[in-house]
Amino acid sequence: MEKYTLIINGKKESLEAQPEMPLLWVLRDILNLKGTKYGCGQGLCGSCTVLLDDVAIRSCAYPISEIGDQKITTIEGLSPEGNHPVQKAWVTHVVPQCGYCQTGQIMNAAALLKRNSNPSEEEIESAMAGNICRCGTYNRIKEAIITASKSY
Amino acid sequence: MMPKFPFLKNKDPKNTSKVFIPSRRDFLKIGSLATGGLLLGVNFQCSGPRGETITFAPNVYLSIGSDNQVTIVAHRSEMGTGIRTSLPMIVADELGADWSKVKIVQAEGDEEKYGDQNTDGSYSVRMFYEPMRRAGATARHMLLAAAAQKWGVEIADCRTENGEVVHSGGKKIKFGDLVEAAKDLDMPDAESVALKEFAAYKLIGRDVPIYDNLDFATGKAVFGADVDLPDMLVAVVKRSPVIGAKVLKYNEQKALAVPGVNRVVKIEGAGIPPGLDKALEGVAVIADNTWAAIKGRDALEIEWDLGPNEAYDSEQQLKEMLASTSVNGQVRRERGNFNAARQQGGQVIERTYLVPFYAHATMEPPAAIAHVHGDGTCEIWAPTQHPQWARQAVAQALGIDYQDVKMNVTLLGGGFGRKSKPDFVVEAALLSRAAKLPVRVQWTRDDDLHHDFYHAQSAQRIRAVLDKNGNLNGWNHHTVFPAIGATANADELHPSDGELGLGCIDFPYEVPHIRIETHESKAHTRIGWLRSVSNIHHSFAINCMLDEVAEAKGQDPVDFLLGMLSEDKDLTFDGELKGDFGNYGEPLEAFPWNTRRLRGVIQKVAQESNWKAAVSSGKKVGFAVHKSFLTYVACVVEVANGDNDQLLIPEVHYAVDCGIGVNTDRIRSQFEGGAQFATSLVLNSAITLKNGKVQQNNFDGYQVIRMPQSPKKIHVHLVESMEKPTGVGEPPVPPYIPALCNAIYKLTGERIYRLPYKA
Repeated sequence: MEKYTLIINGKKESLEAQPEMPLLWVLRDILNLKGTKYGCGQGLCGSCTVLLDDVAIRSCAYPISEIGDQKITTIEGLSPEGNHPVQKAWVTHVVPQCGYCQTGQIMNAAALLKRNSNPSEEEIESAMAGNICRCGTYNRIKEAIITASKSY
Repeated sequence: MMPKFPFLKNKDPKNTSKVFIPSRRDFLKIGSLATGGLLLGVNFQCSGPRGETITFAPNVYLSIGSDNQVTIVAHRSEMGTGIRTSLPMIVADELGADWSKVKIVQAEGDEEKYGDQNTDGSYSVRMFYEPMRRAGATARHMLLAAAAQKWGVEIADCRTENGEVVHSGGKKIKFGDLVEAAKDLDMPDAESVALKEFAAYKLIGRDVPIYDNLDFATGKAVFGADVDLPDMLVAVVKRSPVIGAKVLKYNEQKALAVPGVNRVVKIEGAGIPPGLDKALEGVAVIADNTWAAIKGRDALEIEWDLGPNEAYDSEQQLKEMLASTSVNGQVRRERGNFNAARQQGGQVIERTYLVPFYAHATMEPPAAIAHVHGDGTCEIWAPTQHPQWARQAVAQALGIDYQDVKMNVTLLGGGFGRKSKPDFVVEAALLSRAAKLPVRVQWTRDDDLHHDFYHAQSAQRIRAVLDKNGNLNGWNHHTVFPAIGATANADELHPSDGELGLGCIDFPYEVPHIRIETHESKAHTRIGWLRSVSNIHHSFAINCMLDEVAEAKGQDPVDFLLGMLSEDKDLTFDGELKGDFGNYGEPLEAFPWNTRRLRGVIQKVAQESNWKAAVSSGKKVGFAVHKSFLTYVACVVEVANGDNDQLLIPEVHYAVDCGIGVNTDRIRSQFEGGAQFATSLVLNSAITLKNGKVQQNNFDGYQVIRMPQSPKKIHVHLVESMEKPTGVGEPPVPPYIPALCNAIYKLTGERIYRLPYKA
């Protein structure tokens, strides 16, 4: 077991974990931040997406030992009340069906708009290709990202 | 015991269509048995002390507090259809509640209290539209009576609106202020209480955002794996890699050496047949956290006796199934004399269709939490579509009384039929008993793909006979696939009547000679139902063949099918079926098979998609129509070549007749998602088995549609109707599959006879 101090959602969190433990399980099982979801464990579906210094990463395949002092943002820290433009657009378009993959989708969309505030449809599709939605909410995700981009 | 599944039922559909409205007497009786939850039968009878909230709960679905809080119970499972919103909003609308302030509470699994909770077969709205209205209307009537009494006015001059009773003279009173008076009034008969006129509804028939909308967007929604209990451990299980495999011996030492691993427990499996509600044989690693459990499982050393399925090869079986369809099978429907029609000459088109096993691959892999208490009773938290069956399966596995299992239902991160099966819930219960602590069993993605209850692979052969005038004179459809029932009963070798009723036996067209036959096949893996079940392969084969027949006749496929439908009438298939027609659990008198409605959706989709113009302008468009789960759906799909010859799906049109549309936004979202789901079935997904083992481990091997490939624009056109509402969860899938295949044919010039299609 190693000791780590992580900066998560603007707060320092100290904890002990195995160095190879993926960030996903640190968030879910140790810090009880359940908004980040497990979907595949291999970075193939995007359900576990969080931000590391504004860049979207797959937390299920990112060992805690590699995080260092990079700032982690999870869905709980994006805006707890849902006031982030991406979250607002999600609500407006009633994007979710089962809802499970949506926090990962939202985090990925937030990272996209941070680096490209006016993405084309093609850029949206390519940026979101790593996030699977089995319910098939892709059309509304795209609409919501376009709506959100107007607030950037 | 096998619970009831209306879509698989062969007989006595009355049981499942029964409306369940607990009477006041039932309610009080149940209330006295209740151990907790929302049910506040006692408050219904007694006033609370001064200052305490008094609750008026005229039935199990609804309660109103003296603090004006209206609480409605969602008793069906939410897996993405929006049912947790759509049923409560019916109650709220009929009641006249202020919807923005309504609180929704998820029911625990309790059939006595809530009626059927098996959230499957697209029947929640169909089955509960009327009971929910009656639940709301009963309460409304009592509140009106209480207000009228208080004011000394006529009930007829009062109405409810936004959580208040309003008198035509302008007086208003909040529901909460009527609770005390209302609870002493006689309850009107729920069966005869007057319901609102449809035009008076403010929610039903409109776009209503889902209740959990904000919770989903903020990550606050609680799914199965999100439930956290004090001292809870996490279990990850190594399950039999081949159905029927038994653990010969295992070495737990290396697993126990993984930091955080607490213990290793063997789970006794059902063997062969594996059953629909049993745990698989396996060895569980129980740890402090999920990661430790996964690492511990990796370190397990297990020696298996793989058993009779060791050599099973799904591709080999599919070839054998296909070969079997070339000879006579068991006749399941016969009209006229197909062989005579064939011998009369003309053209015979004979085609075969293969569809693979599919996994559900819900984004949330199965997970469940159990806490078996010291006294032997058990509490469960699970993302289950069928809480009552799960409760029963847990009771059976633990050898305890059904009443001693409390079944809490979480949100489901996708269901599609997978989470009807309680095997993973049973695992949690067995492991909690062994660990003497609360346990969450967590399936990994490879567990999910390796140990699903798959959509059955199938082989079909259709012979279409065109007579000398080019008219379709004979239709011979052979279908073979391992039956769902074979998972519990190895002697079941033919598709059941219920499975044939899913879009095969009810072939609706006016062909003089029809013969439908089935063949034998065995289940070597677990078979279950996946979003629209056998309609998937039946609609694919039938609609691809009809498109080909139209082409052979030199006719437009839309015109051809309109011409193949009889004049407006209700089909009964009388005298032609060798077994029963399940009609999705409903009597044909209540939900007729109506050719006018099928014609209606064909015409509507052709009109809305500008079918004729699209065809003549050279757009690559495909068409299909298919009724399933009592909902009529026609579909037009357009494809195009993108960069690097990538297949694009620019546009999809659906025409839908599902009777009254309750929450129109959620109807559209089901069709949008259904098109995406079906695209995966056509273009991406397949489960194969070699040496008895599933070959796909994750989303790299079992591929599903991603945004760049997905249909770009999906238009959903609803037929305005005052017919009884029918479900929309599954009906989007069947017609889309052949519509896409028929479109791809226009693009490539090659017909698709096997799924998935690889461009």
